[in-house]
Amino acid sequence: MGTTGLPTNLTQGSRTKGGIGESTLRPDGVLKVTGEFAYSSDMWHEDMLWGQILRSTVAHAEILSIDTAEALATPGVYAVMTYDDLPTEVKHYGLEIQDTPVLAHGKVRHHGEPVAIVAADHPETARRAAAKIKVEYRELPVITDEASATAPDAIHVHEGRTDHHIGHVAHPNIVHRQPIVRGDVAAARERADVIVEGEYVFGMQDQAFLGPESGLAVPAEDGGVDLYIATQWLHSDLRQIAPVLGLPEDKVRMTLAGVGGAFGGREDLSMQIHACLLALRTGKPVKIVYNRFESFFGHVHRHPAKLYYEHGATSDGKLTHLKARIVLDGGAYASASPAVVGNASSLGAGPYVIDDVDIEAIALYTNNPPCGAMRGFGAVQACFAYEAQMDKLAAKLGMDPVQLRQLNAMEQGTLLPTGQAVDSPAPVAELLRRVKAMPLPPEQQWLTAGEAPDVRQLPGGLSNTTHGEGVVRGIGYAVGIKNVGFSEGFDDYSTARVRMEVVGGEPVATVHTAMAEVGQGGITVHAQIARTELGVTQVTINPADTQVGSAGSTSASRQTYVTGGAVRNSCELVREKVLEIGRRKFGTYHPAWATAELLLEGGKVVTDAGEVLADLVDVLGDEAVEVEAEWRHRPTEPFDLRTGQGFGHVQYTFAAHRAVVEVDTELGLVKVIELACAQDVGKALNPLSVLGQIQGGTVQGLGIAVMEEIVVDPKTAKVRNPSFTDYLIPTILDTPTIPVDVLELADDHAPYGLRGVGEAPTLSSTPAVLAAIRDATGLDLNRTPVRPEHLTGTA
Amino acid sequence: MDFLRPASWEEALAAKAEHPTAVPIAGGTDVMVEINFDHRRPEYLLDLNRVGELSEWEVGEETVRLGASVPYTRIMENLRPELPGLALASHTVASPQIRNRGGVGGNLGTASPAGDAHPALLAAGAQVEAESVRGSRLIPIDDFYTGVKRNALAPDELIRAVHIDKADGPQQYSKVGTRNAMVIAVCAFGLALHPGTRTVRTGIGSAAPTPVRAKAAEEFLNAALDEGGFWDNGRIITPSVAKQFADLCAGACNPIDDVRGTASYRRHAVGVMARRTLMWTWESYRGTDRAARRMGGAA
Repeated sequence: MGTTGLPTNLTQGSRTKGGIGESTLRPDGVLKVTGEFAYSSDMWHEDMLWGQILRSTVAHAEILSIDTAEALATPGVYAVMTYDDLPTEVKHYGLEIQDTPVLAHGKVRHHGEPVAIVAADHPETARRAAAKIKVEYRELPVITDEASATAPDAIHVHEGRTDHHIGHVAHPNIVHRQPIVRGDVAAARERADVIVEGEYVFGMQDQAFLGPESGLAVPAEDGGVDLYIATQWLHSDLRQIAPVLGLPEDKVRMTLAGVGGAFGGREDLSMQIHACLLALRTGKPVKIVYNRFESFFGHVHRHPAKLYYEHGATSDGKLTHLKARIVLDGGAYASASPAVVGNASSLGAGPYVIDDVDIEAIALYTNNPPCGAMRGFGAVQACFAYEAQMDKLAAKLGMDPVQLRQLNAMEQGTLLPTGQAVDSPAPVAELLRRVKAMPLPPEQQWLTAGEAPDVRQLPGGLSNTTHGEGVVRGIGYAVGIKNVGFSEGFDDYSTARVRMEVVGGEPVATVHTAMAEVGQGGITVHAQIARTELGVTQVTINPADTQVGSAGSTSASRQTYVTGGAVRNSCELVREKVLEIGRRKFGTYHPAWATAELLLEGGKVVTDAGEVLADLVDVLGDEAVEVEAEWRHRPTEPFDLRTGQGFGHVQYTFAAHRAVVEVDTELGLVKVIELACAQDVGKALNPLSVLGQIQGGTVQGLGIAVMEEIVVDPKTAKVRNPSFTDYLIPTILDTPTIPVDVLELADDHAPYGLRGVGEAPTLSSTPAVLAAIRDATGLDLNRTPVRPEHLTGTA
Repeated sequence: MDFLRPASWEEALAAKAEHPTAVPIAGGTDVMVEINFDHRRPEYLLDLNRVGELSEWEVGEETVRLGASVPYTRIMENLRPELPGLALASHTVASPQIRNRGGVGGNLGTASPAGDAHPALLAAGAQVEAESVRGSRLIPIDDFYTGVKRNALAPDELIRAVHIDKADGPQQYSKVGTRNAMVIAVCAFGLALHPGTRTVRTGIGSAAPTPVRAKAAEEFLNAALDEGGFWDNGRIITPSVAKQFADLCAGACNPIDDVRGTASYRRHAVGVMARRTLMWTWESYRGTDRAARRMGGAA
């Protein structure tokens, strides 16, 4: 502040650098690439013990006995715990239905279920001690599909269900059922000139995040526990952990540790409660780190699905009706199955105008691995089926598949089968037009000036399986619709604490939320929002923990919308307070203080005309302004249980892909040459991060198209490939060029008009690749992933 | 687990004689996976990394003597003209990091049917130099693989080197995996033309309990090439001959259904690879190789 108390530095009004719309760099980027980033598995504590989980070796069995004596007698072992050692009456947890035992009780329901836990002074000691625990099983028949689950004499995977879905399902082995019924399908079918039917199979995909589940629980002097953990939602974990420990929530203090990816696989608890139990039992810090093998059993996967679709159309290509049945395998525990059912059913018709619709989606309880949240969340499986149907229909009508889609594409104002109007831009036809208009990659890129082909450009790559023989190119298109945010009446809020003060002669903003940064770039965006709203350059992002209110989950493409919205809202409240101080201090020096719209820009208070009124350093002086506030998007409502009608979703997001593949038709090997994507993001807060999300989602969709699948033995319900040796994910050599066309059509309901980005590209990528493979081979492929044996008649 | 670190080859042989159950480790490509997965808890690990000579190779008049630990990267970079089939196979091994550590000795020691080097060694006609304190011997590659993950080594023997004839004709290698890099073979095929002896040799990986040759296919092709005077006239191999060869190669497989692929696919794919590699090697022989031979003869 100037010595006379007058405002100073009034001459250089400037836009704040590093605000929204700029591709500011992520603070964690270089650290991750160079291997210096501290992940949750890197944590260390003096005197800490290592926890180990003993998991079931069979999928479905009664536990006759558990003998821990030998394990407990092992030197270096501090504790062995089973169900009987759980300290309170609360012994189960779960996201929506608390059906998951902390440790198996009387029965195991899937391969790899936690049965006992061990703490020892060395991880190898813990591992060996766990192996000494003798569990006597009496195996039960396994339930692995709809037929075995809903047979009249089927064993109930969960006995005596009392959850709120049991009343509306036909069998206790059905977790939840959601019909979506609109119009009159029988009458509409009469109007159809052509009808296409299909049965589709979607394999079980793993999130395959790079950082396996891990965390460190440190017992505190007050009887509580501090948990450092890689998760997607701290407060959801807290709500499930504290009752099992018998502690009030304020005695379970959680801090986000370095997260190595999530993709939905960290929505459910993994080792959180186990580490806390062992820490409280032993009075010592306990670290648990899964290896990759255990990680495959340690989190839920994407629901495998069977989908039955019937579409009709008039001879000019207008869709008449849709009848669909979607059967999702939820595995042994409910996890997010009910919400996945809601998504699969309500988005089951895709981004198309269809007036007469009859969709039914169910999730099963089986003895397969539990399935839950994964990027795309129910909408992925549906998109695979309805997009295959669109191609079938186009073929039957003799129409161009893109034209057929455009003819039926929804737009702003279209009513979904739920009766909800799409009340923001829905540029479905335009996205398709854009991917189709992109130039095609050149043919036969493997040809070189020399004699030898560049095998890296061919299916099989350096494995040298073809020099062009049998290689046929194919092109396919797909478009999808995904909801953003938590739906069906969920109170989907976030909380942000924002503080502004002068530090070292400069105005500085501090943003504190509980948002889990799982690699999506949220912390970067929060800093950008704070700069834009508060006109500061320096923004400190505090570590995410439970000392601030819930931010909701880093899922459902929602964090930039919801926690971004909360940060903006808190920034606005801080700005109001700062302007109040300004008016109090300097209001008399300039009439604009009282009359104009005032902004904070470039460290100054400015009028909307750009005139500088004061320097923020002078306004704030020694005062700090702090606000913590919750922020909510507009409310949604549940779907009607019989008709599926309701304002169920907050926002929709759309992406379209064009896939160009080359298939070695003799060997059944596929090289995806290009996956062009067009997506509407409303407003790109950080264009580089948006690009990264679209590319990543696209590749994850490619993975389930041609290689990724957890294979479960149908006879034993055991997982056959729990390793990266046999669960293949795309390498950089499998990653095609991904030209991206980003549209920014604002959604007026959302902060800055933005639209969630992360999931939509995962939807359309898979069916586009499948369509391209069908185009290349002429085969009627109805399952994904498609493997070489499916393309060569040798399955 | 005891970790033995001999400083020389002689010490290594002595250690192996004293502890025949000791598992030799060089690059660790196979051994470390087994240990990490707890599939194997050997009493002794015999670290061969201090035995420098194992990472060396000698190119002789007729053969290459390839140290057991010569990394695949070195084979790719330095021995492509002499060992083209093995160089191609080396390219398909895992990732650059693993190719920098892994060598042929490990593949032979593990003797997994999925080892990438085996089909190339079978096709080239290699000999394994095995040694113990009792002495040294050369085991023909045809006699080396004795069962699933079993080989002809005695408990006290170590693999010192592999002797492989320098290529006297074109060699090819193909491997099917379900992604374009870093993948264990669903099946693999190696083919070498030996114009000197007017024979062809094959090697099949991951399609039988052990790596195998397709002997009936070789005999058929040898006869067909001989009868038609193909080695001299360099005519194009007819599709029917190629198909018969491919079918016989497929017939040499004895594969299983597993999580990586079906038996039926493996048989089919080996046939496709056999036909293609035959066309590639023969085209190469008809063109450059035969021309060079004729010019060499004229001079």
